[in-house]
Amino acid sequence: MKAKVFVTLKPSVLDPQGKAIHHSVEQLGFQQVSDIRQGKYFELSLDSSVNETEAREAAEKIAADVLANPVIEDYRVEIVQ
Amino acid sequence: MKFGVIVFPGSNCDHDAYHVISKHVGQPVDFIWHKETDLSGFDAVIVPGGFSYGDYLRAGALARFSPVMKAVKEFAASGKFVFGICNGFQILCEAGLLPGALIRNAGLHFVCKHVNIRTENQYTPFTNELKEGSVLSIPIAHAEGNYTCDDATYQTLEENNQIVFRYCDETGEITPESNPNGARSNIAGICNLDRNVLGMMPHPERACEELLGSNDGRSIFRSLTGAIAAAAI
Repeated sequence: MKAKVFVTLKPSVLDPQGKAIHHSVEQLGFQQVSDIRQGKYFELSLDSSVNETEAREAAEKIAADVLANPVIEDYRVEIVQ
Repeated sequence: MKFGVIVFPGSNCDHDAYHVISKHVGQPVDFIWHKETDLSGFDAVIVPGGFSYGDYLRAGALARFSPVMKAVKEFAASGKFVFGICNGFQILCEAGLLPGALIRNAGLHFVCKHVNIRTENQYTPFTNELKEGSVLSIPIAHAEGNYTCDDATYQTLEENNQIVFRYCDETGEITPESNPNGARSNIAGICNLDRNVLGMMPHPERACEELLGSNDGRSIFRSLTGAIAAAAI
């Protein structure tokens, strides 16, 4: 079982890296892209003995305590068999 | 009195802090390896600058889980002094000992230069030898020194006078041009409610010798030493 964790900056937080990426993308001709924000993606591989509920519980706690800084980031967990 | 300088894998400003306490402050000082869990015997602990755990995940994000940090939290809760410099400030924020967070510099560049900071609160153990308005020239060297927090936290910091240093120009005026990293309200350093924990992005331990460009950092260490002596009475 895998837990996929997506960590993104809260909308209110400045993302200069996203802006720099956006600038380059614009230079490439993609004028229709109005904004880019960069986030992080984590894959947690869990033991086969773990069921979906336990996997989600563990992943949510790990995301909240370690992977994301709640002051500046939000997270989302997806469980994949 | 005894000072401790914590060393995490990746810390690289530990020796400068040790040198300043030993040579300029003239007090006993020891290195504290990050696996240590006993801080008894220390009066103040410095969380130094550098790249603990390579800044992996986020600056300070992994260091906050080092065994020593549980002891640092108890140390702080007991009223003893904790001084976080640069990466140390980042670690203290990640550990929840100080509010807010340090994010990537707004200009994206790693900024390495002397800046001016204005003393906003002279009533802390770290600034008691300074006056409100005192301007110090202290070097910074960071890519993630942009202090940020939500509006509610900012209001609390203001109301409780927890903002200790702000970036300013040489005359002490707080201007956008004097802000090297986009930090909210030019915040360079803050303290906790009890004022025994301070975090600052500039490196006062690199401003204790004229040869290095500024002596202004000495006043911060003198203040802390005085506060420890007063607390012992």
